Amino acid sequence: MFDRRLLENFDWGLTIITFLIGIVGLGVLYSAVNAGDPGGAMHLFFQKQMIWITGSVVIVLLSLFIPYKLFDRGSFIAYLICVGLLIAVLIFGKYVAGSRRWLALGPFTMQPSELMKLSLIFVLASVYSGIISEYGLPFKYLIKPALLLFFPFLLIVLQPDLGTALLLLFIATSITLFVKVKKSVFFSCAVIAVAAIPLAWGFALKDYQKERVLTFLDPDRDPLGAGYHIIQSKIAIGSGMLSGKGFLKGTQNALAFLPEHHTDFILSVLAEEWGLLGCCVLLFLYFMLLLWGLNISYCCRDMFGSILAFGITIMIFWQIFINIGMVMGLLPVVGVPLPLISYGGSSVVTNMIGIGVLLNISMRRFVKV
Amino acid sequence: MKNPDREWLKKRLMNSTVIILASFSVLLLRFVYLQVVEGDEYRRLSENNCIRLQSIPASRGLIYDRNGTLLADNIPSFDLKIVLQDAKPVDETIQKLADFTSIPVEELMERVDSGKKVSIYKPLLLKRNITRDQLAVVEAHAFDLPGVKVDVELMRKYIYKKSAAHLIGYLGEINSQEIENNTYPDVKSGDSIGRYGAEKSFEDILRGKRGGRQIEVDASGSLVRVINTVNPLPGKNILLTIDSKLQQTIESIMEDKTGAVVAIDPSNGDVLAMVSVPSFDLNDFIGGISNDKWKSLISNPDKPIANKAIQGEYPPASTYKIVTAIAALEEGVVDIHTTHFCPGYYKYGNREYRCWKKSGHGRVNIVKALEKSCDVFFYRTGEAVGVDTLAKYAIGCGLGKVTNIELANERPGLIPTGAWKKKRFGTPWQGGETLSVAIGQGFNLTTPLQMAALLAAIGNNGTIYRPRILKSIQEYNEAIDIHKELKPEISGGLPASSQTLELVKEGLLNVVESEGGTARKIRIQGIDIAGKTGTAQVFTLKKSDRDSKRKFARHLRDHAWFVCYAPAQNPVIAVAIIIEHGEHGSTAAAPVASEVIRAWLEIKGMLPSIKK
Repeated sequence: MFDRRLLENFDWGLTIITFLIGIVGLGVLYSAVNAGDPGGAMHLFFQKQMIWITGSVVIVLLSLFIPYKLFDRGSFIAYLICVGLLIAVLIFGKYVAGSRRWLALGPFTMQPSELMKLSLIFVLASVYSGIISEYGLPFKYLIKPALLLFFPFLLIVLQPDLGTALLLLFIATSITLFVKVKKSVFFSCAVIAVAAIPLAWGFALKDYQKERVLTFLDPDRDPLGAGYHIIQSKIAIGSGMLSGKGFLKGTQNALAFLPEHHTDFILSVLAEEWGLLGCCVLLFLYFMLLLWGLNISYCCRDMFGSILAFGITIMIFWQIFINIGMVMGLLPVVGVPLPLISYGGSSVVTNMIGIGVLLNISMRRFVKV
Repeated sequence: MKNPDREWLKKRLMNSTVIILASFSVLLLRFVYLQVVEGDEYRRLSENNCIRLQSIPASRGLIYDRNGTLLADNIPSFDLKIVLQDAKPVDETIQKLADFTSIPVEELMERVDSGKKVSIYKPLLLKRNITRDQLAVVEAHAFDLPGVKVDVELMRKYIYKKSAAHLIGYLGEINSQEIENNTYPDVKSGDSIGRYGAEKSFEDILRGKRGGRQIEVDASGSLVRVINTVNPLPGKNILLTIDSKLQQTIESIMEDKTGAVVAIDPSNGDVLAMVSVPSFDLNDFIGGISNDKWKSLISNPDKPIANKAIQGEYPPASTYKIVTAIAALEEGVVDIHTTHFCPGYYKYGNREYRCWKKSGHGRVNIVKALEKSCDVFFYRTGEAVGVDTLAKYAIGCGLGKVTNIELANERPGLIPTGAWKKKRFGTPWQGGETLSVAIGQGFNLTTPLQMAALLAAIGNNGTIYRPRILKSIQEYNEAIDIHKELKPEISGGLPASSQTLELVKEGLLNVVESEGGTARKIRIQGIDIAGKTGTAQVFTLKKSDRDSKRKFARHLRDHAWFVCYAPAQNPVIAVAIIIEHGEHGSTAAAPVASEVIRAWLEIKGMLPSIKK
């Protein structure tokens, strides 16, 4: 049943890159959670992260036995399940720090919005692979994908989790542009989007909502909240200078300064302790990972696999770009974790499954369709 | 549709690669900028962890009376704080601090130990409100005390201490449960919020919004520069409806009594005074009340903490005859011509129900019955009206339900019906119980506020205003203060026609102004007062024992009621008074009412000059 050729074609390159990023991630997390208490016991967060990584490696290995073509047929069901989970989270979700994002499943809590990213990519790949055309898609073919994006987008905005919602929008838009739309469609959509912003600003939004959006765009408007995080993050990154202060030697990541230092702001710990050199190494590893993903998309023999590989690669790209841009004060502060490095079960599992799918596509690149 | 070939795919993937490469270049440039170009400056800032957040408290809105007399003020409190990170060596610093200020070192260390768990970078409160002498030594030895600082926070001061304590209310520190549930937005641990009275009811108006600043400090924790500031938003000042002069006059009259007085403006429902005695000193609650004081307050049998004006539920006694009269007239059970003969008792079933006057009132009509408070007349009309119909009118008159005054824990009182008794006791209503209810001595309970509101409505010919304590809110707008006057709210109308009201009002006027009235002794020359006395039994005695009960201990004596409004023709004040265990309404409560009315008319400049 399991073709020996598949084993021969196993993508060792992608595995090694992922493994290296994972090692960097665990090292930084160790430093982040043991700050100020080196030599202390293994921190609970660190142990949990190890468990999640190990668990997702097992899931990935098992999933490799399933030919990815089956995901094509199952994608819509997975999508519906994820939408159901998003509705459930609004009703039963755990209320943490002003929003409902987590769903309790026995001893675990999960963030359905993370899984939603994957299932949206699957369902879009499935839809687009049937209609893709070299001349670009006309408007009527975009209605279905737009609806597929709209429902989860709305449900996630309601949580409220603007960061993940925007991420979903970016991923869907990227995939759509990748499969190509007609020029006229592209420009008219762009015009509508640009025109809609001032309209929404003028009529739909209340004053306090505007204030929230402005603070979101410009953290300095809230110097006691997001603005404070950003300045602390910038101090941490900048103070790393060329070669960093050394492993476990960071002073800025003490709890008092960065409340999210093991999750969304973990890059500032790496930058402080390993300096510009460390940051370059990480950027290089990420870049290799993305190139590898695009290459898998190219080598794949069928459209579903190509679009799927592209979608997963672009999902990882957007997370990297938004997270790093955010901690360096280039982009608004949104809760987007750094793939494979930030602490957090849902994020680890989602990204690992994504990599597993890439491996899956890659090892079947010579299989006749 | 043309299926894309591999060349096409390659082109699109190359485009994507270029975009990704460009994005990563931006990130890389930013790293270079932060870590190389500005690296030295950020390294310097990181050396001492020297960017701190400092909170700026918002001043709480002040509370004034209706004329702008200040009732609750803010005064500075000097709070001793320490930033542990800057205070090294901590033990030595604390020892020195204890020596300078003579605060026990154990007390300081206890705070330090609890603070270590939170954060060593954030200011930790050591002691609130230190004295000026302690402040002076701390400032003088600032160099010896690294990390120690004194923050000026604002705390409440209640100018008139015990006066209107129940109405103004006090603050209390927020608890961890409330912080977790996010009950109050923008409130941090250590902040105080309104816990009682107006402080609680108008919390959202009075509380401002905290500000803060990002500051850079040097190695000893001293300010180097302010990076960014968010100004606090002060809370809004409020004007209560009470008149503090009237309030204090009543409080001095009531000083050694137990009970409550409520005075309402019949034209809009403004509570002019609300007195509940005994009272307590609001200033005891500032910064947390001591355990001993709290224990003595809650163990006092006269319940000083309770606001008897809204929480005290008393049998309304004869003041309830107003309701019975309205019900009887409206239902057509009696009219101006209906008379009953009072021989001093009324035989119902095999039991004799006594009138308070043993010798009887003879033949009386409804006006006379109100004037003389004849029980027999009201036994008979109450019997004819029936308990459930009576209850309908009582509820229409605003009894048996909360008035919705802006104060927490208001009690609704109780208006019994047949169904209520069945549910409560499982036994059917007895006819004789209707007789007791008709003269206000049965299961019925009312609060002084409800009675004052009822008299106000009768005085203004039938409009029931929601009693209120908030007159206006002071809005800040640029430099100009704007007082936002709040409109009075009508919560209903009396279930009585104008003819009915005329008869009731005549009866009430005669209570004071006629020679046979029960409260004829309280007259004020040149002013007509309309009112009704009441004597509420605390303890159900056999009617025959009534006369002997003066011998009884104080807590078994009757409560004295008086409810009234004045001037009768066009009232400017309605008053309800209950004096616990004061015995007779006419002798204990009515004279107080007279003084309250006199004081208010004098304040309003309406008291006629008396010619001898």
